[in-house]
Amino acid sequence: MQLTINGKARDFAVTQLTVAELVLQLSLEGKRLAIERNGEIVPRSQFANTQLAAGDQLEIVGAVGGG
Amino acid sequence: MSDLLNIAGKSYQSRLLVGTGKYQDFKQTRAAIDASGAEIVTVAIRRTNIGQTAGEPSLLDFLPPDQFTYLPNTAGCYSADDAVRTLRLARELLDGHTLVKLEVLGDPNTLYPNMIETIAAAKVLVKDGFDVMVYCSDDPIMAKQLEDIGCCAVMPLASLIGSGMGILNPWNLQIIIANANIPVLVDAGVGTASDAAIAMELGCQGVLMNTAIAAARDPIQMAGAMKKAVEAGREAYLAGRMAKKLYSASPSSPTTGLIS
Repeated sequence: MQLTINGKARDFAVTQLTVAELVLQLSLEGKRLAIERNGEIVPRSQFANTQLAAGDQLEIVGAVGGG
Repeated sequence: MSDLLNIAGKSYQSRLLVGTGKYQDFKQTRAAIDASGAEIVTVAIRRTNIGQTAGEPSLLDFLPPDQFTYLPNTAGCYSADDAVRTLRLARELLDGHTLVKLEVLGDPNTLYPNMIETIAAAKVLVKDGFDVMVYCSDDPIMAKQLEDIGCCAVMPLASLIGSGMGILNPWNLQIIIANANIPVLVDAGVGTASDAAIAMELGCQGVLMNTAIAAARDPIQMAGAMKKAVEAGREAYLAGRMAKKLYSASPSSPTTGLIS
C-alpha cells in the first residue's frame, strides 16, 4: 500500500499495516513522536489497533530546538 | 526569596524563559540553558526525519522533560488552523502537556505576528483546555483581548524576532502591564543584558529569548549575563526606582561642614 508520510509518498509491500507496525518499519520505535492521520491525531495508546489504509496522509512529528 | 513567577497555576523561581534553537549542538544548548537558570524552555514541533540514523540523539535526551517545563511553540505557522494542529500534536507528543506558546506569524521577512489569526487560534486553544502563553504585537488592545479570551500570559514583542533591537516601545509595554491581570512577558527582540533588565524594570513578569543567547559570541557567558540582568531588573522593579528629574538641588553629600 502507498502512504504519504511527511509529504512524501512511500510504498509498503503489505496489505495490512497498523500504526505501530509502521513505526517499526520506519525504525522510529522508542522515539518520542506524535502522529496525525488524515488530519486526526492517533493517540500513542491506539498505535497497535489503528489500521492504516492505502492513500492515508500521515504526519509524524517530534520536538526540535526552537524559540 | 519567595518572589515567584506564577503561570497557569505553577510557580517558577526563574523569570527567564529560553528557546532551544540556533545552538551549535545539543551540548551547547544544555550548557547555555543551565547557565541561564531557565526552568521553562521552548521547543518547536517539526516533521521527524525518516530514514536517518536510528540512534541519533534528540533534544529531549539533553533536556529531559522531567527536569524542564517544555513550552512547545507554533513557530513558522501562518494560520490559526496550522497553529492549533501543531499544538494538538505537541500535546500528544508531551503526554497531555497543556502549557504552550502560541505564535502566528504574518510575514516571513519581519516575522511580525498576525494578530487576527492569533486571536482566532487562541479562542480555539483555550476552549480546548490549553494554557496559552501568546506572542503578540505590543498593542494594548490586542493584549487585553487575548487576556479576555482566557490566555494565561501575554508576550508582546520588544522588537522583531531575531533582531536584537531591544525594547522599541517601552510606553506601550507599560500600558499593557498596567492593564493586565495576567503575566506580561517580553518575547522577542532582546539583544543584550540591559534590554532584559529594562523589560523587568518596566514591570514585566519575565522575559523569553533565544537568539540573544544563541547568537552571542559566547552563548554560555551570555546566558549567565541574562540570568543576572533579569534578576537585577526584577529587584529594581520591586525596590521602586527614584523619581527622574532633569536636575536636582539635592546633592548626596552634606551641604554643611564644608571647609572655607
